[in-house]
Formats: sequence, C-alpha cells, structure tokens
Amino acid sequence: MKIACFHLMPYRDLEPDFDKKYDSAWFTLPFEDVADRAMVSKYYNWTLDELIHAAHSGFDGVCTNEHHQNAYGFMVNPNMMGSVLARATRGTDTAIIQMGETAVFLNPPIRVAEEYAMLDSISEGRLVAGFPVGLGGDYAYSYGMAPMEQRGRYREAHDLILKAWKSDKPFAWNGKYYQLPMVNIWPKPSQEPHPPIWVPGNASPSTWDFVIEHDYSYCYLTYFGAKGAKHMVDGYWDKVEEAGKDKNPYRMTYLIPVGVSETDEQAEKEYGPHIEYFYHKLLHMPEQLLLPPGHMTHSSLTHVLTKRPFPAYDEFNDMGFKEFNDRDYLVTGSAATVTAKLKEIIKDLNVGHLLLLPQFGSMPHDKAMENISRISEGVLPHLKGIWDDEGWEDKWWPKGQAGVSQTKKEAS
Amino acid sequence: MANLTQKIVPVLGGKLSITVNISGSGPPIFFCHSAGGFYWDDFLENLSKDYTIYAPYFPGTAPGKPDEIEQLEHLWDAVLAYDDAIEELGLEQPIIMGHSFGGMLAAEIAAHRKNQTRKLILIAPIGLWKEEASYTVANWCALSFPEMKEVLFHDQSCPRVIKRMARPEEGTEEQALWDRDFIWTIGCTAKLIWPIPDKGLCKRIHRISAKSLIVWGENDKLISPSYANDFKHAIADSQVFTLPLCGHEPPLEQTEKLEFAVRNFLSD
Repeated sequence: MKIACFHLMPYRDLEPDFDKKYDSAWFTLPFEDVADRAMVSKYYNWTLDELIHAAHSGFDGVCTNEHHQNAYGFMVNPNMMGSVLARATRGTDTAIIQMGETAVFLNPPIRVAEEYAMLDSISEGRLVAGFPVGLGGDYAYSYGMAPMEQRGRYREAHDLILKAWKSDKPFAWNGKYYQLPMVNIWPKPSQEPHPPIWVPGNASPSTWDFVIEHDYSYCYLTYFGAKGAKHMVDGYWDKVEEAGKDKNPYRMTYLIPVGVSETDEQAEKEYGPHIEYFYHKLLHMPEQLLLPPGHMTHSSLTHVLTKRPFPAYDEFNDMGFKEFNDRDYLVTGSAATVTAKLKEIIKDLNVGHLLLLPQFGSMPHDKAMENISRISEGVLPHLKGIWDDEGWEDKWWPKGQAGVSQTKKEAS
Repeated sequence: MANLTQKIVPVLGGKLSITVNISGSGPPIFFCHSAGGFYWDDFLENLSKDYTIYAPYFPGTAPGKPDEIEQLEHLWDAVLAYDDAIEELGLEQPIIMGHSFGGMLAAEIAAHRKNQTRKLILIAPIGLWKEEASYTVANWCALSFPEMKEVLFHDQSCPRVIKRMARPEEGTEEQALWDRDFIWTIGCTAKLIWPIPDKGLCKRIHRISAKSLIVWGENDKLISPSYANDFKHAIADSQVFTLPLCGHEPPLEQTEKLEFAVRNFLSD
C-alpha cells in the first residue's frame, strides 16, 4: 500500500458571506475583491511546508495539481511546486506525484514532456507523471479553447509526449492539433523509458478505456464520498476484468480528506468548519461553469443528464459535517477510527494508492501540520502493509530511490 | 405547420452529409439557424408561403447525428460545407439569410459566393468585434438557463418565446434529453467560434456584393445593436432595419414586423 499527501492549495480565509455575494469561487471571482496578496504568499509557503512535513513524517509521496482562476486551489503550475518538493526531499524515497501538469493547457504540449523530464531528473527518478484531461472550465474559460476539442487534443498530446520520451531520434509531428518540425527533447526522464503514468478521472467510462488500453493507474478523484464511489469503482474493475487484466490494486488510486482527532467526539469541532468551508465555499460554482457545452462526449452528456450519477453541487449547501462524515465524503475521528474506516475503503474499492488530503478548506497551517503528524503516527503504520500478503507488484510506483541511481560510467 | 421535408446532401467530398429542412414554394432562401439550433418558427412558416426555405441543421445538431460535428474543425470547413450544400441542392443565386451564429455564417458564405448570392439578410449576426461593445461566446455559454433567457429576450412573456423555451417537466427523462440537446447544440456551434467570434469576417466582409439587409432588435442584450452600423459600413450595398421592443430573437419577438421588413427588402 502506498499513501501520499495531496494538497489543493486553497484560499483559506474567504469571508463567511462570500458565497452570498459571489456566484462562483471559480473563473469569475475577482482576486482583488476577496484575496490578500500577502496571505497568498503565506499559503504557497504553508502548502510547501505541509507537504514537506508529510514527506518527512512517513507519507510515501507528495501530490500537487493544477487549476486556474479560482479560490479552490490555485497551483497554476504544479511543476513549480513539484520542483521545490523534489529538491527538499532529496535523499528520501518520497514519490513526487504530479496530478498534474495538464498537457492540453499548453501549446506545444511537449512542454509537459520537458518539465516532467526535468522533475524526474531533479528527483532522481521519483516522479509519477499525472496525465489529467483537465477541468472543462479551466480549459474553456481560463485558457480559451473550444470545449469540444479538449479530448481530441488530450489524446494527441499524450501520444506526442510518449513518443518524445521514447524516441531515440528527432522526429517530425504532423498532428491534427499540433505540428512540430523536430521533436528532440532535452532532457529525457531519469526513469526509462519514462515515469509511471497515472490518469485522474471522475468515473468517465471513456477515461477507463484509455487507462486500461495503456495499462496506466486510474485515480478516481471524487468529492462525493466513498459510499457513493463503490458502484463507479466497480464499473472500472469490471472493465479491467473484461480486458483480461489482473485486479492488481495498484491500478487504482483514491482521494479522500482525512482529519485525525484525539477522540471521535472532537472531530466535528476540529474539522467540521473546514470541511463545510470546502463544500460550501470552495466548490461554490454554477454547473454550467464546471461543464462548458461540448466538454463531455454526447454519450457521456446523455448519461450524466439522464442518470444523474452525482448530486448537483448546490445540494452541498444543505449538508453539514454530519452528512459529509456519515457518507464518507471525508474520514475523521480518532486514529483508530480513521484507520479502521480507511482499511474498509481500501478493501472495498480495491485501492493500492491512497491520496489523503490532510489540509482542506479553511484549515489553518498549524492544524494542518498537526493533522499530518497524527496521520503519520497513528494511521499510516497500520495501513502500509495491507496488501503485502497478496504479493501484488506496484508497477506504477517510481523506480528511483535515494542513493541508488547510477550514471552509465558508474554502472560500467 | 408547414409540410417540412428533409433532404440529405453530401458535402466536403462525401466526408459529411448535411440534413436540410425544406418547405414552401418560390425563390430559394438558404437559412442558417442560430446557436440555439434549428427551429421552425412562425417567421419561417410565413415566409415559406412565397419562398422556398432551405434550412440546414448545423452539423452535429441534427437529431440522432451528434458525431457529424467531428468533420468540422474550422469555420472555413463550415463555409465550404454550406457552399457545397447550396450547389448540391441546385440553388442558383439563392437569397441567403442567417440569424446570430447563422448570421455570421451567412455573411461568410455571401463573401465567398461573390456574385452568386441574390440577396443577403443578416439578423443580429455575430462575427465582428469591437472592444467598446465586447461580447463573448464564452460568457454566453457560461450562462444558466434563466440567465440565458434574460439575455436573449426583451420580453420573456411573449407567447412565441414561452413556446420556444418551454422545457419539459423538471426531473423527467424528457427534460434531461431536452437539456442534452440544448447543451450539445450550443457546444457544436461554439466549436468554431470559441472563445470570441472574431474569426476573420472583418477581412472578408468587403467581398459581399449582394444587396444586404441588416436587422437588429433595439433591446438586444447579447450583442449591442451598435454592431448594425459596423455591418452597414462594411457591406457596400446594405441597409439597416431596427426593431423596437425586441431583443436578440426578432423571429420570435417581432415576427410580423420582421416578416414585413424582409418581404419589403426582397420585393424591392
């Protein structure tokens, strides 16, 4: 079992009535109206401190992601964060999980191939290369590209990046969306032929097909709780089985916010306001901003609108800590309770990689650091060996380890 | 209700088939619908008494054919596809008419078909852009359904508006499919104009030689009526007709006055 610390880097101090004054925490929220530039400096540094603390206290990896123009999480270039993290964890086995730099936001997308190769070099082979399709709103509204082209660009960018990593010689790329006369990236990644690839998704069957076809690890990033995730995740495993592949739990990654208290009773007081801030304020967004017209394929759009597999975001407003906790939108309680619940989720969903979110919503820095320490001391040691007796190989974990990378000269 | 027939015409060397709705008799009008999709309204119905309306579904928006949009990558593909359709339909010197998104397409087709367009009618067309009266497709697509109605219409209580925008009952599968079609249609048209519908018409509009009518609702909240004069200045032989008490949807909001203006223009 591998367990990493994920961070969204949210704006932690929005005013209590913010969601009454503004339609959305995303895309249209004016920075100057609600944000303090000096606080933003603190957030970036706190975020790095929290992730580095996690790396040094027992988490197997640290994880960053990319979003734009919002208060929910504004690591606009996760590779800048990943670079700091790679250097700060030098000499350890900590995986640098980029979840990730989004290829379709960049033109040309080989910038991702180059930056990931840099990160893999700096970290001496500890990179996990995340390949997100990208949030529709980020792509369409923040970066001004037609929603209907996003998936086509994603596939092409993926193929181009993989070829850039694997090719021994310069090549020309004449694609539908990208044309490059001589692709010949410097550097190549430290890991050969390339770092392990994880693909985040929100239960879209077309993403499952892509992941299984390429033998990647699928990361189900949902905010709708482990109980609601079961039938979605089962759908993924059914497809894996149909493709004739094994049920290796490391094919699956799952994200969940976690808060550890001294007792179960204290959890609501310690974490209730922060999870409510997360759902009520940071996910405050009209549906049409989340899903610009054309972002989903026709069949996925039909499925989502007719089956409504997820609740609408505005339904979060009627829910509080108790509902979030009861439905496993987050896991809180004493270390023993959290351990027991996470074990249940891990086994139930057949998960090999767990991404824990120890800082969420308005949680201040001190509380986040304390929570990371409590998880590291009271939870992680009891989970790490959970799959050991089944003998699965984690083919999706980076190969680099402290002190083992050799130059060609040393090897000879 | 008119007796609408449909004809499927191959375009772009057979890579795409366009479904064209046809009704009426008389001189041909090739009509390009707005981003909201094809809708046979009273305006078209009334005109079809004296003209033959040829109204293609924009590729991807015809019922049961969502994948057709994949054949269009750029605006130019759509212009050539429609030019091919006009040829396939055997329309010589057709009147070309378009509304909003379709207005931009109609202007592009007329610029391309120089001397092969009898007359051009542009109803609140997109396609030009000026900073002082900026509008964006992205903002249009980011509106909720109630906001969209607010922006589109001067008077939402107009019976024709109510009929056009009537959604099936909340929570039903019919409503889900209605929403699906509405979102998909906007997505298809947005593909060619995202994020700002300034795709070079200003560099081609001078080629339009057909006598042109530019119609605008005086209360258009989506695109400033001031664009009417920009189109007029750019098209040599053109005139502007404005409609009071009218938003972005003259065919629904001022049906009779629009019909009157169009008939006058065409008989002139």
